[in-house]
This record gives sequence, C-alpha cells and structure tokens, in this order.
Amino acid sequence: MKKKLSPLSIIYSCLIFVFLYAPIAVLIIYSFNASKSRGTWGGFSLKWYAELFSNSDIMSALVTTLTIAVISAAVSVVIGTAAAVGIYYSKRRTKALLTSAANIPMLNADIVTGISLLLLFTFLKIDLGYITILLAHITFNIPYVILSVMPKLRQLDKNAYEAAIDLGATPLRAFFSVIIPEISPGIVTGAILAFTMSIDDFVISFFTTGGGVSTLSIEIYTMAKRGIKPEINALSAIMFLVVMTLLIIVNVRSSNAEKKREQ
Amino acid sequence: MKDNLIRLENISMSYGEKQVLKSINLDVRDKEFITFLGPSGCGKTTTLRIIGGFEHQTSGNVYFDGQLINDVPPHKRQLNTVFQKYALFTHLNVYDNIAFGLRISKTPEHEIKERVQKMLSMVNLSGYEKRAVTSLSGGEQQRIAIARALVNHPRVLLLDEPLGALDLKLRKEMQTELKAIQQALGITFIFVTHDQEEALTMSDTVVVMKGGKIQQIGTPIGIYNEPVNAFVADFIGESNIIDGIMNEDYVCTFGGKTFDCTDCGFAKNEPVDVVIRPEDFRMVMPREEIICGIVENIVFKGVHYEMHVKSGEITYLVHSTIPEVVGTFVGLEVEPFDIHIMKKSQPEEN
Repeated sequence: MKKKLSPLSIIYSCLIFVFLYAPIAVLIIYSFNASKSRGTWGGFSLKWYAELFSNSDIMSALVTTLTIAVISAAVSVVIGTAAAVGIYYSKRRTKALLTSAANIPMLNADIVTGISLLLLFTFLKIDLGYITILLAHITFNIPYVILSVMPKLRQLDKNAYEAAIDLGATPLRAFFSVIIPEISPGIVTGAILAFTMSIDDFVISFFTTGGGVSTLSIEIYTMAKRGIKPEINALSAIMFLVVMTLLIIVNVRSSNAEKKREQ
Repeated sequence: MKDNLIRLENISMSYGEKQVLKSINLDVRDKEFITFLGPSGCGKTTTLRIIGGFEHQTSGNVYFDGQLINDVPPHKRQLNTVFQKYALFTHLNVYDNIAFGLRISKTPEHEIKERVQKMLSMVNLSGYEKRAVTSLSGGEQQRIAIARALVNHPRVLLLDEPLGALDLKLRKEMQTELKAIQQALGITFIFVTHDQEEALTMSDTVVVMKGGKIQQIGTPIGIYNEPVNAFVADFIGESNIIDGIMNEDYVCTFGGKTFDCTDCGFAKNEPVDVVIRPEDFRMVMPREEIICGIVENIVFKGVHYEMHVKSGEITYLVHSTIPEVVGTFVGLEVEPFDIHIMKKSQPEEN
C-alpha cells in the first residue's frame, strides 16, 4: 500500500526528527572540532578521539562497562529464559501475576532501583564495587529478557513439547532440543537488549559502585563535573553509535520475524 | 481376550471440581481403527491424552498389552501421536523432523535415511527432505506429522482431530489415505473427531461419547442403524426424535397414531423416545392409519430433497429423492423395523 504524503505531513515529520536528533548531531559534529572552545569551529580533527583512547581512566572504564555488559547479559539470559518458560507453563492466574511482577521493575524509576539495591547491598554487608554493579545489572536485565522470550513462547505450538516427549525424548532433552531452539530468536533479542541496557545505564551503576570502579557513564559524569572536555563529546558519540546500532539490530530482527510469520 | 491391546478400566478424570470423565471402560483391539466421537467437551481428547500419558487419570487403570502402564511416562510408551495443530518443529527441516524420534533411539544414520525416505514416499512427499516445515501447506504439514509419528514403528497411533484444520476436499482425501495407511501398516489407530461422517467413513469401531461418558460402542453400521439412545441417534446422522408411548410389546403410539414396531421389554404405557431416520419415511397418498401432514418447505440437497412435514404439533424431517410441492397434503409411511424405540434419556446428573 503506497500513499502519497502531503507536503505538510512531510515537513511536520522532519521537524520532529530535527527536534529529536539535533542535540546528538551537534554532539557528534563537535566531537570532530579541532578547537577546544565550544563556541567556535576550528576545523575537522580526530584528536579528541586519539586523546580518548590514550586516556587510561577512560580505557579501564570501557573494559569495566563491556565486561559487565557481556557477563550481565549472559547471566540474565539464562535466568530470564528459565523464568519465562516457568511463567509460560504455569496456571493462568499465576501466569498473569508473575508476568506483571516481572514487568514492574522495568517501569520502576532507575533511582528507586538504584537506591534500593544500594540499601540491600549495605544491609548484606557486600563491599560496593565491580561485583555489586554486576549483580545490579543482572537484576534489571532479567525483565527485558523475559519480555523478549515470552512472545516466542506464545508462538510455539502448544503441543511442541509434548510432541518431543511423544517421540521418546526425556523432558530435559525435549527442553534443550526443541523448546530452546524454537524460542532462540527471542533469546538472542533478549541478550542484545540486555547488553544495550547495561551499557546505557548510569543511575543504577552510580548508586551501586564503589572502590573507584567506574563504568563509562560514571566516568563521563565525573569528568563533566570538572568541565566538559571535548573528548567527552567523542566518547558520547561512540556510545550513542554503539547503542543505536544494537537497537537497530533488535528492531530489524523483530520486524523480519513478523514478516516471516505473515507469509 | 487375546487380541486386546489397550484396556481402560474405570477411568475417571477431574479438574478440580469439574469431572470430565466418568468411569470409562474400553477395550481397544490390536490393528483396529477406533474413533472417539462426540461433541466438544465430551472427554474424547482427554481420554486420548490419558492413553498417550500426557494427562494422568484421577482414578482407574490403563493397560497396554496386558501391562499396567499408569505410571509409565509418555516418552516410554510404545505409541506415537499426531497432534491437532501438527506440532512440527519449525527449527528443523522436513527430514530432521521425521528423523527426530529415530535419532533419540540412536538408530544408525543410514537406517534413518532409509526409513525417512520410505515414510516420505508413503505420504507422497518424496523430495521434500530439505524444505522448511513453515513453507508447507496445511495438508503437507499434516502428512509430515503422520510420517514423523509412524517412522518410529509405534504399535498404536493416536490422532487428535488431525483433519480439523483442512478444507473439505483435502479432508476427504486424507480420510481415504489414512485408512489406507492404517491397513497397509497393520497398526492400531485411535482417532478423535467431532465429525460423525469422518467417524463412519474410516472406523472399524466407533465410540460415541457425551458428558464424559461412553454412550455407545459399535461398528459404524451398528451405531447408525441401532443407536442406543436419542443422543446417539441425533448425533450420528439426522433423526426425528418424537415423544411416544409404548402401549405393549411390539406396539407403540406417537403423533396420535398407533404403529407396530420391533421393540419389546418396556413397561406398559411407558413414555419413550421414538427415533425415525428422515430417509426411512416414504411419501404416499394420505390415509387414516398413517401420519399425514402438510409439506412446509423443501430444500434441494444434491442426492435428495429435504422436506419438513407438519402434522399437528409435530414437524417431521423427511428425505426423499422425489420432490413434493410446498402445501401438499401427504402421508408418511414407515416400516415397523425403521421405528426405533428408546428409553427416555435420563437428565444428566452433575
């Protein structure tokens, strides 16, 4: 179905996108500004990117961010998938209850999650640092994994598990050789989403960190307190691109899956 | 009995308060095509799932080949199932779907290959090995589901309304094909359907169920010609069910007229249901001793005409190959052996 858009609606859409993306565009452009001043354009340069990569604080924050993102995504995928399967196969009322219980943490304000985790860790006398950030990230990632896996379970033929058992598979084998492969697109989407959420997070990491451990977002915040340096622009530009790329992958995957289903 | 393969003994099943099966007793003979027939909610699928081991009965015993199998899990039972929506594995291609069971039983790959090819040619889908199951039509998916079950050489194949999603023409084809497969392989088929015509076409034995109880077990001909109660008569084909009275043995009264019939053993003047098949009426000239009425409407049905004849309070359904003009006053003749007398059905106790 092709509809011709009126010029007015084109202009309107353009305005919305300009409004949404102008700040980021400015940030990316200024990350290539040779001049240190924010007001003037001193020509194109990659020197802030070079400085960024030679800054050891930033590089160690980058390693922290990436390892936490990978580990928390991996762990939350395992827990979240198991949880989703458990919720899906429970009785109707339990299912509704558990689904909403799993969704609430996503709607909860980050600051509330951050402070409550901080209180919990202090209460349990766990030293704040790398481990506490990791635990916090696993916690807030699990609902996103459940959210991505659930639709795949709903698409699954309700007899698929029974069919595997019927053909002689033990319950464990039926789970690993039928259920998991059948819902794997949802699991992969969940993993990418969890990874993105982890990289993206500032507030919760900020409350649960300690002992000098910084993620990239915390590092940027600390640097910004001493005045915005152009290398922060460069770092923010990179983070934006990484997150955007991942989100595009997630969206393309789900729209492909939809097209496939419609056929 | 020697050739009994499956025996259900006093099977009852409840979900919480709701009792869905009430003391089912059934023997399934080896190599027969048996159909559980009934309206939705009658317990036919639950019975099938208990035999398959997917549900566990609240009480009663299931025997397979003389062995009690109440506690045998489904993956250890010597039977395979074709599910309603086929339940094919979408992450596997046609070949791997059919080979699934054989790989679990650790059959050597060259034997798997041979058996899968044989199954594919049996269901007329040779050359489909590499196809994705999602690219197949409903009928093709159905055949793959059958092949996937039969490749394991089960002694019994359970089929849960497998033709429900197919269009009429394809359905008729599959009915014939399934029956041919069953006879060629010589294994027991237990088939669940709500379609009475399907049941009559394919089965050796039909089990009519309603409200969690078996109403009648018999051959298709036996059930059609001698239904045990008004429900079976009405469910298997169309029937006129008329309130009547059994005056004495071999004599009954309905519609204000008295007729000879072939039934006996009722109390004197006991109220009964009189069941007459619409095709058993003959339209004749009106006369005193028979039912007479006015043709209310007529519908052409292909082989025959369907007419409603109103006589006093009662409207009779009549099938005839000769049409009658609406408004004509006609007589309805019926042979004594076509008048079926049934005990008034008891109101369902719940």
